Amino acid sequence: MDIGDSVIAVSGLRRRYGPEGDGGFEAVRGVSFTVGRGEVFALLGTNGAGKTSTVELLEGLERPSGGEARILGHDPYAERAAVRPRIGVMLQEGGFPSDLTVVETVRMWAGCTTGARPTEEALGMVGLTDRGSVRIKQLSGGERRRLDLALALLGRPEVLFLDEPTTGLDPEARHSTWELVRRLREEGTTVLLTTHYLEEAEALADRLAIMRRGEIVASGAPGEVIGAYPARIRFAMPVGWFVGDLPPLAELGVEGHEESDGRIELRTRTLQRTLTGLLIWAREKDIELEGLDARTASLEEAFLAIAGGGEPGAETGSGVSVGAGAGARRGK
Amino acid sequence: MAISTAAPRMLALGRAELILLGRNKMALYVALLLPVLMVWTMRTTIGDMDLGDTGMSLNETSLTGAFGFILLFVIYQNLVSAYVARREELVLKRLRTGEAGDAEILGGTALPAVAVAVAQMVVLVVAGVFWMDLRAPARPDLMLIGMVLGVVLSIALAALTTTWAKTVESAQLVTTPLLLISLVGSGLLIPLEAMPDVMADACELLPLSPVIELVRGGWLGGLSAYETVGHLVTALAWTYLAVFAVRRWFRWEPRR
Repeated sequence: MDIGDSVIAVSGLRRRYGPEGDGGFEAVRGVSFTVGRGEVFALLGTNGAGKTSTVELLEGLERPSGGEARILGHDPYAERAAVRPRIGVMLQEGGFPSDLTVVETVRMWAGCTTGARPTEEALGMVGLTDRGSVRIKQLSGGERRRLDLALALLGRPEVLFLDEPTTGLDPEARHSTWELVRRLREEGTTVLLTTHYLEEAEALADRLAIMRRGEIVASGAPGEVIGAYPARIRFAMPVGWFVGDLPPLAELGVEGHEESDGRIELRTRTLQRTLTGLLIWAREKDIELEGLDARTASLEEAFLAIAGGGEPGAETGSGVSVGAGAGARRGK
Repeated sequence: MAISTAAPRMLALGRAELILLGRNKMALYVALLLPVLMVWTMRTTIGDMDLGDTGMSLNETSLTGAFGFILLFVIYQNLVSAYVARREELVLKRLRTGEAGDAEILGGTALPAVAVAVAQMVVLVVAGVFWMDLRAPARPDLMLIGMVLGVVLSIALAALTTTWAKTVESAQLVTTPLLLISLVGSGLLIPLEAMPDVMADACELLPLSPVIELVRGGWLGGLSAYETVGHLVTALAWTYLAVFAVRRWFRWEPRR
């Protein structure tokens, strides 16, 4: 993707808290990625991976300590006045005066927003129409998140930043938020979201990046990131049968196998070929593969392998490819 | 561009803040009644004092000193609480993601307090001239400049003071030093003219002193050109310093 066409373009972004040296902490360490118009891009990572620190730089809340961010072609910090009317922001933790009602809060925000939607429309989008006269302090955590989302959408933004938009929502509210994000994307809104929920990234994101310790360690379309991890086939052999009785594993496309307590696990990147070979063999031998279970890698497996584990500085998930042209993978 | 787009945003923020002020009985009480109470207390206290040296009557001293009480209680103390409350509720951080600039956020939040303060000041002048036999303001321009600088300075000092407060409760505590220093040293209770010269010279340099002197001199007259320039320079210097310090040190989100 050409950087010039990107709605969000980030290169070598760094954010340091505190002084140079041991006294400080670098939360974002050279992050690069681009997001095109109408794309939904998800930043994934464990707590402390640097997602929120990154997003806050893109929202223009702080000046980066290194690198550059461009939103719609502008510096979000220095050219705040040019950027803000075109973006919507939902912080991971933002607040509203607890003694205002929902409608009063929306009116206050509308007064600060160019081309704001009518209050009723904004509340309707997030299902809070009935709660208009309720004080903020009496809202549930989930209702506050939805109000926050309504305010982020108030100015019909071209770019939407959602920092953990569904944390604290019940499953129903979460799914209606997903529907809302999908609808916005259809209307051409560019969305950058961070999330803990892998299913959320899988359900919404056109592309995603996984962060660990302030760096992007994998990125690409969900399928690409997941595709870098082998599928698994699990089964048990009848008594008297052993792994050695199977056809040559390499010919089936198996990359590795494990056996414990009579259960066998095969790892393959060619699931259909391996499974077909295995099942034909079983029919020929007339044996039952008990508890047969075959599945492609999930985002969760990819995520756990990439984001969670590994010694400091060690690159895990060596097979992960960086999605075509998007995002940088910075080894140490 | 700046004014035409900033004004509606500030009004929207001010309107929300006015609703909040109406729902906060304690803040409302401080804003509406405390200045009156303080002026009354002051009148009974200095009623026995000999104001002969100053050339001012009791009415003249108390009504001009009242401007200081209004700045301190209606704007300064009230806004320290409001800014701390909005910061701790993460309202300021949320507002900063929107279109309003930093000065608009702080200024908009200050609007109701400023409106109440200005209204009280107008009442003071009207009541003083029509009921308490004070002269019409000698130099309304100086009075106005003093009031404007006083309002801006009080807002900036309030914002700066929030740096030392973690909670709304401790906000009351951190306002005490400026309140005390100003009450004693800026001519609110005792006119600087009634102090020994050395002390008066030192007290003239306190943050609110030049503002009070400008308002007092502007109303009652008698400021020499030299004194006027001195007070203007001191008031501008404090305002500049306070605004600079706010830009440099104001915290927009809670310390974690």
